[in-house]
Amino acid sequence: MKPKLRVENVYKIFGEHPEQALDGLKQNKTKIEIFEETGQTVGVQDVSFDVHEGEIFVVMGLSGSGKSTLVRTLNGLIPPTYGKILIDEDDVANCSAERLRKVRREKITMVFQHFALFPHKTVAENAAYGLKIKGEGAASRRAKALAALEQVGLAAYADSYPDELSGGMQQRVGLARGLATDPQILLMDEPFGALDPLIRREMQEELLHLQKKLKKTIIFITHDLNEALLLGDKIAIMKDGRFVQVGTAQEIVDNPADDYVAAFVGDIDRGRVFDAAHVAERPITVELGERNAAEKALDLMEEHNRNALYVVEEDRIAGLVTYQELAVAAREEGRTDLSEVLVTEVPTVSRDTPLNELYGAASAGYPIAVADKRGRLAGVIEPQAVFSQLSGEENEEAQPTTDETEASSAQKGERQ
Amino acid sequence: MISPADLVQIPLDDWVNSFVRDFLVPNFRPFFRAMQTPVTAVLGWLDAFFHWLPMLVFTAGLTLIAWRTAGRGVAVFTLIALAFIDMIGLWSETMTTLSMIITSVLFCAIIGIPLGIWSARSDRVLFIVRPILDIMQTIPSFVYLVPIVMLFGVGMVPGIIATIIFALPPIIRLTNLGIRNVRGDLIEAAEAFGSTRWQMLWEVQFPLALRTIMAGLNQTLMLALSMVVIAALIGAGGLGLTVYTGLGRLNVGAATAGGIGIVLLAIILDRITQSLGEKKAVHTPSLWQTLRSMFALGKPGDEEKAGKAA
Repeated sequence: MKPKLRVENVYKIFGEHPEQALDGLKQNKTKIEIFEETGQTVGVQDVSFDVHEGEIFVVMGLSGSGKSTLVRTLNGLIPPTYGKILIDEDDVANCSAERLRKVRREKITMVFQHFALFPHKTVAENAAYGLKIKGEGAASRRAKALAALEQVGLAAYADSYPDELSGGMQQRVGLARGLATDPQILLMDEPFGALDPLIRREMQEELLHLQKKLKKTIIFITHDLNEALLLGDKIAIMKDGRFVQVGTAQEIVDNPADDYVAAFVGDIDRGRVFDAAHVAERPITVELGERNAAEKALDLMEEHNRNALYVVEEDRIAGLVTYQELAVAAREEGRTDLSEVLVTEVPTVSRDTPLNELYGAASAGYPIAVADKRGRLAGVIEPQAVFSQLSGEENEEAQPTTDETEASSAQKGERQ
Repeated sequence: MISPADLVQIPLDDWVNSFVRDFLVPNFRPFFRAMQTPVTAVLGWLDAFFHWLPMLVFTAGLTLIAWRTAGRGVAVFTLIALAFIDMIGLWSETMTTLSMIITSVLFCAIIGIPLGIWSARSDRVLFIVRPILDIMQTIPSFVYLVPIVMLFGVGMVPGIIATIIFALPPIIRLTNLGIRNVRGDLIEAAEAFGSTRWQMLWEVQFPLALRTIMAGLNQTLMLALSMVVIAALIGAGGLGLTVYTGLGRLNVGAATAGGIGIVLLAIILDRITQSLGEKKAVHTPSLWQTLRSMFALGKPGDEEKAGKAA
């Protein structure tokens, strides 16, 4: 699939002589060395990434990492010194002012950290700003602005002024302003950074909720790794103007690229990052109606060193049997029917259930069934796999990913 | 003692004399005369209007404006002050002075606001404009009265031109300041949504700078009033002339009366224009809203509620 936004080797160097800084970068000098030698400030260095339609791409970094500069190059607020930024066919980095304006009006909008609402305009006029700039008529832009405000739950405040609203509400207006022109790409520069934690959480949930409906391509800037992990389909960790790692939340937490990333990952809530699919194993099952099902079940459990096993009936999950009960039943009554010892009340979760919702199920001691959309058994989670994943110790068997040894050694290193 | 003057003497006065007399006056006099035309037209119209308007109608009108913009206290003051001016027999002179002041301020705004906007947008323009403004504000006004008389002649219009030169700097400075002080993130937001430079100016910068610009307008108005007497030296009429002739004839009574007239007019205009700038401290009203609120019916503050309800 063709990416919606493609960034190729973008550099931003502040100063009169960027080529000097570029030479310095080629010689692997640090930002500080380059500044001392040439007086040039490196904002962004050699950043490339693709964002596909409907994806949330999060750029996470501390202040001074160049993330705000990077996001401003994407809509040309800060023109990059070198590199290409392709939105569909338009190279935003090298196009006429006219063309750039057209792209900004039609394809890409922005939500700002400190809201940047116009204090002399009402909420509805703020939301309609992009439409007014495009030259839409008063009636249609008001209708669209109200529709956008409706999406963020603020239609009732259409005729208030921004300073009459709380911070969270103001940022909803900022979001409505960004959505009103129906852009394909939404740039969000630390949009929730100025909000208090409870409101921030609420806004994050709401953004995810909206995104399910709207399917915009979102570039989201944050300094909060938890926020990045929660929102990002893909996350880039930025340091000194450069991406140190790009990957999904799970890849980054599982497998930090270097000590810098590992230090961040150290104290995040792993239960929110990983989902059931991540710790699930291929199910070992017996068919309910099979001949010698009970014996087969006992054999399988012995072979795989398990104390419980799922039983399926055609595609459906029938329940589970434990080794203990099955063994007792077999010893006392000889050959037995599986259905007599079948536990039918089994914990069942879907593939994308986060681990922190599995604690209850896991503490029952039974393996947890992972069902796919059609209710078939897609995997089984051993309770201890949940907790070892949470504690950051790799369960070798449960890990489908490669490079495990490297990842676990990195994590162990960080723990010392 | 030896001094530099023994070595070189610079005949600066001769140079300036020959520059103005032999170059500017013969070559550019028609040009400067032509520059007067719009000023003459506006002044003529305003002067005729204010002299045609009956005293009571004018007083009622200005009192209403004062009440709508600055509140009851200023309205009462306006009423009493205007009645007093009429009673001391200076109504006609006051109207002449008022039309001169309004003409000067109007041209100051027409020249100064665009120039202020331009210097806010370009550091290079500001670099050139700023020292010129410094000179305009420090040079004694008597210095430029002479070339003005030579180029424009004597009378009301040259007086107004001298007033414009004197009163222009604050509106340029404060327009520049107001526009430069608009929050950077608002500019960025306007840009991110694809505004052109004009849209940015009209939608964001100008409305947000309006309070500061109004403060500049108020300063310009006050400076224009302070030029009234000096302009009378080159033939401008009105209250300034009353003071000037009082000075010439040592008629302390007439000079005092003229002076009081100027002060009263200054207080009224200052209070009204100040309140225009300060009103609705949070939501800067647009120019249109400001004008409309001046003529809308109802008490001050009403339109704010009405605006919210609408």
